[in-house]
Amino acid sequence: MAKYEVPELESHRDIPSLAPGAMAESNPYPAAPEHQEALGFPGELVDDWHDRAIGKFGELLDRSRSLRVYMDACVKCGACTDKCHYFLGTGDPNNMPVARQDLMRSVYRRYFTLSGKLFPGLVGARDLTEEVLDEWYRYFHQCSQCRRCSVYCPYGIDTAEISMAAREILDAVGKGQKYCNEILGKVHKIGNNLGLPEPALVDTLEGIEEDIEDETGVKVRLPVDEEGADILLVTPSADFFAEPHVDGLIGYAKVFHQAGVSWTLSSYASEAANFAMFIGSYEQMQEVAKRIRKAAEDLGVKRIIVGECGHAWRVAYSFWNTLVGPFDFLDPNYPVPQHICEFTYDLIQQGKLNLDKSANDHMTLTFHDSCNVARGSRMGAEPGGQFHIPRAIIKACCNNFVDMADDTIHENTFCCGGGGGLLTDDLMELRVKGSVPRMDALKQVHEDHGVTHMAAICAICKSQFAKVMPEYGFEMDAIVSLHQLVSNAIVLDGQGQEDEEDGHADMADENG
Amino acid sequence: MAYQMNGTSVETDEEGYITDISLWSKDLADLIAQDENIDMTDDHWEVVNFLRDYYEEYQIAPAIRVLTKAVKKSLGPDKGNSKYLYELFPYGPAKQACKIAGLPKPTGCI
Repeated sequence: MAKYEVPELESHRDIPSLAPGAMAESNPYPAAPEHQEALGFPGELVDDWHDRAIGKFGELLDRSRSLRVYMDACVKCGACTDKCHYFLGTGDPNNMPVARQDLMRSVYRRYFTLSGKLFPGLVGARDLTEEVLDEWYRYFHQCSQCRRCSVYCPYGIDTAEISMAAREILDAVGKGQKYCNEILGKVHKIGNNLGLPEPALVDTLEGIEEDIEDETGVKVRLPVDEEGADILLVTPSADFFAEPHVDGLIGYAKVFHQAGVSWTLSSYASEAANFAMFIGSYEQMQEVAKRIRKAAEDLGVKRIIVGECGHAWRVAYSFWNTLVGPFDFLDPNYPVPQHICEFTYDLIQQGKLNLDKSANDHMTLTFHDSCNVARGSRMGAEPGGQFHIPRAIIKACCNNFVDMADDTIHENTFCCGGGGGLLTDDLMELRVKGSVPRMDALKQVHEDHGVTHMAAICAICKSQFAKVMPEYGFEMDAIVSLHQLVSNAIVLDGQGQEDEEDGHADMADENG
Repeated sequence: MAYQMNGTSVETDEEGYITDISLWSKDLADLIAQDENIDMTDDHWEVVNFLRDYYEEYQIAPAIRVLTKAVKKSLGPDKGNSKYLYELFPYGPAKQACKIAGLPKPTGCI
C-alpha cells in the first residue's frame, strides 16, 4: 500500500485547494467470482456490460422515482461542495458530492434524456465506457452514504441513493466489491458478518458471562436461542468479537438483567448489520432482513430490540416494515423495532436503574452522532429523539459530558470515515483522511474542555475510530460504546454484597 | 501474491492471507511475520498457537475477550489484555496474528 500523509488537525478547516486525481488510485479489492455468484451477480465483468448496465440503470429509474428526480434536479448551486468529509480530507474534486453525482448524471443524460441523446456535447452527457465504469467503481467507493451533503442541498438530492444505485449497476455487470459481497455471503451461510458459527458464539457468550460474574459477583446471562423469551436482541456481530463493542454488549446484558426481562440472542440471526443497503440491493437487503423476522417468529418473541449499529438501525427503523413486514405478531405496546437506547432510556426515566456516575469520573465524554442514526432514522416519541436520547443516557451515567461543535453534531454530524461498506483495510488512506473533520472537532473539545473519550452507537464508527484515532494522537481506547458507560455505572441488585460480608463498604449505599 | 518457501510457492489473497490453510507451517509463519516486520518471540507463538487451536475447534478466530483470557492464563495477568496483544501485533491481534497463523482474515465491522 502506498504511503500517504496524515493531515494536520485544524481548529478552522478551510475548503481545500482542488487536487485533481488525488484519490484516483483508491480502489477497493474487487469481489472474487465465488463472492459475486453467491449473491446471484455475475462472477466477473460480462461481455455485454454496456447494455446490461444501461438496462439496469433504466430499471432503477423506473423503480425509484427519487433517483430520476436526483438525476434531473441539480442546479449546480454548489451548496454541497464542501460538505463531504472525503472531499475535505482529500481535496479530490470528484469527492465533491455534486461531482460524484455527475459521474452518473452525465451517463443518465446521454441515455435517458432527449437533449443528451441528440446533443450530448451541449448538455454534459457522455457515453458509458469502460473508463467511466472504472471511475464509478473508484469514486462510488469513496462515498460512505452518510447523507450529510443532502442536508445542505436545497433540493434534498441524496448522494447516498445515487451511490447505492451505482454500486447496484456495478454488481449487475460483475464488478462488485470484495468487502461487502464476501460479508453478505457469510450472512447467508452462517448468519453473521464475521462468519461466527453457533458453537463459537455460545463459547464467546459463556466467557462474557464469567467475566461479568468475576467483575460484579452477579450472575448475568447472555442467552442464545431461548424459545419463549420476550425479547430478541439483534446486534452487530462485532459486539461479540471486538473492543470496545463487547463492552457495550455487556452493558445491554446488565440492563436487561436489571430490568428483569427475558431476552435472547439468535444464532440464526446473529447479526443486525445489513450490508445489502450499502450495495443498493433491495433483494439482498430483504434476504438478510428475512433472517431476523424468521428468528423472531421461530423463537416466539414479543419484541425485537436492536443493539448499537448505525446502518442496521436505519434498515430496521425505516425499511423493515416494507422489506419483511408487517410485524403484527409482535406486541404492539412496544415500538417495532425498538433501539437498545430507547429501552435503557425508558428505564432511566422510570428510575429503575441505579447508576453510579462516579464510575465514569476518569473520563470526560463527548458523543459522535452516527450518520445513519442521525439522518436516516429516529428514536423515541419526539422529533430529534435520536440526538437527545443517547446524550440523556450518557448524562445519566457520567458527570462529565461536552458536545462537539454544532456544525459537526446532530443532523450535521460528520461520518466517521468508514461507513457505507468502506471499513476495509484496502481503503485505509481514504478512511484516515475522511475522518479528519471529526478529528478536528474532537481535538477542539479535547483542548478546550479536556474531553478524553468519545462514545458512539455504531459498530462501524467504533472500529473505524479505534483504527484511525491513533494516527491523530488519540489512544485507540478513547472510543467507547455508549452502553459501556452504562455498564460501568450500573449497580446491579446484589452487586457488592460479597464486599459487605467481607466487611468492606457497601457500594450501593455509598453511591445511592 | 505468494510466499516463496524452499522453492515452492504458497498462494495468498490480495492482502497476504494464505488461501490454502493446509499449507501453513512454522517456517511459513516466520516468513509472513518477517513480511509484517514482526520478530516472533515465545509470546507471539503462544498467541499464534492458541489461534490455530481455537480455529481448529470453531472454524473462526477467537473473539478478543476469549483471546485475552487465554493469554492471561498462559502468560500471566499483566499480559492478558488487548494493549499487550497490540504490542505483539501492532496491526491488531485479530487481523495480523491470523495472517501469521495462516488463518482467514476475520471480516465484518471490526
